[in-house]
Amino acid sequence: MAGDQVTLLDYWSSPFGMRVRIALAEKGVKYEYSEQDLRNKSDLLLQMNPVHKKIPVLVHDEKPVCESLIIVQYIDEVWKDKAPLLPSDPYQRAQSRFWADFVDKKMYEFGRKIWTTKGEDQEAAKKDFIDSLKLLEGELGDKPYFGGETLGYVDVALLPFYCWFYAYETIGNFNIEADCPKLIAYCKRCLQKESVSKSLKDPHKVYDFVVMLRKMLGLE
Amino acid sequence: MAKSDVKLIGAWPSPFVMRPRIALNIKSEGYEFLEETLGSKSQLLLESNPVHKKIPVLIHDGKPICESLVIVEYIDEVWSSGPSILPSDPYDRALARFWAAYLDEKWFPTMRSIATAGEEAARKALIEQAGEGVMMLEDAFSRCSKGKGFFGGDQIGYLDIAFGSFLGWLRATEKTNGVKLIDETKTPSLFKWATSFSSHPAVKDVLPETQKLVEFAKVLAKFKAASSTS
Repeated sequence: MAGDQVTLLDYWSSPFGMRVRIALAEKGVKYEYSEQDLRNKSDLLLQMNPVHKKIPVLVHDEKPVCESLIIVQYIDEVWKDKAPLLPSDPYQRAQSRFWADFVDKKMYEFGRKIWTTKGEDQEAAKKDFIDSLKLLEGELGDKPYFGGETLGYVDVALLPFYCWFYAYETIGNFNIEADCPKLIAYCKRCLQKESVSKSLKDPHKVYDFVVMLRKMLGLE
Repeated sequence: MAKSDVKLIGAWPSPFVMRPRIALNIKSEGYEFLEETLGSKSQLLLESNPVHKKIPVLIHDGKPICESLVIVEYIDEVWSSGPSILPSDPYDRALARFWAAYLDEKWFPTMRSIATAGEEAARKALIEQAGEGVMMLEDAFSRCSKGKGFFGGDQIGYLDIAFGSFLGWLRATEKTNGVKLIDETKTPSLFKWATSFSSHPAVKDVLPETQKLVEFAKVLAKFKAASSTS
C-alpha cells in the first residue's frame, strides 16, 4: 500500500521482535527498523508503549501497535492480500491462536528459567521446556508448517526461539535435537525461507548476549 | 441449516467462563452448560483440554476450543450473522486485544494476589496497583468508545466482555477490602459503563451477585488451605 509509514521499534536479539520481522517480510512490507537501547529507553518508545515500555512496537502511520502476537495479527489483517498467516476456517484459526498462545506461555518462560537458574530449578525448567516442545512436535505432525502448506501464525510465533536454542543448550548442558529431532528438522527447513533467515540472528551471537546478561545479573 | 451442538464446560464463578457465555448470548445462540465441581476435573474436561486442563472449553459439534478469548473470537467468526463482537477496523481490533491481554496478564493476577497477600502493606500496594490499572482502563474507554456507552461503541464488544467479566470479582474485592476501584468521581466513564454492562440482557444472568462471590471466595480460600496442607 503506497504511502504507508511503517516503523518497527525493536531489539536485535528479541524473539518477539523477530516475529514481527518475519511477518513484515512475508507480506513484503517496506519499513524502517529502529534498534532501541533497552537500558536507556527512548522518549519515542516510552510514548509509543507507555503501558509496558517494551519492544516490539509497530508504528503504522504514527499509530502504535504493541505486543508481538497482536502486531502479527494486525499485519495479517492490514496486508491481507499477500501470504495469509491465519487460516480462513474459524476452527483452524482458533487452533492457531491456541498454539501461538501456548508458545507464548511456555517457550520464553521456561527458556528464561534455563539460563537464569541452576541445580533442581534448572533441571525442572529443562524438563518443562522439552515437554512443551514435544507437544508442539505432536501438533506439527507430518505437516511442512504448523500453518499447513505455507508458513503461518504459529510458525511465526515459534521460529524465533530456535536461534535461542544454542544458548539454552550450552548453558543448560543438554541437547534439544536428541529429544525433539522432528522439531529441529522443521526449524532448519524453515530457515531456508528468506523471511525467516533474515529475521533470526546468529545463535552464537545470541549466546554471547545471554552470557553478558548472566554476568550483569551476577549469575556467571 | 442443522442446529449446532454447542456445549460449554465451565463454572459459574469463573470470569473466564463468563466470557463465552456473554458472547453466545450476544449471538442468541443456545448452549448446554456443563458445570465442573470445585476440586475435581471431569473426564470430558481432561479429554477436551489435555494441554491446560482448564475451563472454559467450548465444544462445538464435538470439536473443542480452549482459552476464553480464543473462544470469544471463534464465536464471533462462526456466528457471523449476529451482532459483531470484535471491531471491524484492524487498528481498533489491535487496541481491544491489547487491553484484553493487559487485563489477563497483568491486572487480574494483581487482583487475585490481593486476596492472598499476607501483610497489610503488601495488600495496600496491590490494591493501589489494581487501582492504577483501572485508571488506565478509564483512559482506554474514551479512546475505544468514541463517545458511546461501551468499549465497543453502541454495542457490547470484545473489550467490554474481557473487562466486564471481571466486574463481579472487582466488586467483591471492593466490598471485602473496603475500597473503591471504580469510582463515580475518579472513573466516571467506567462507573456508568459498569451499570450499563451489568444490566445488559446478554450479561445480567451470567454475572454473579457480588455477595455470592464474596461467599465463594471464602469457600475457595478454605479449599486451597485444606489442599495445600494435605
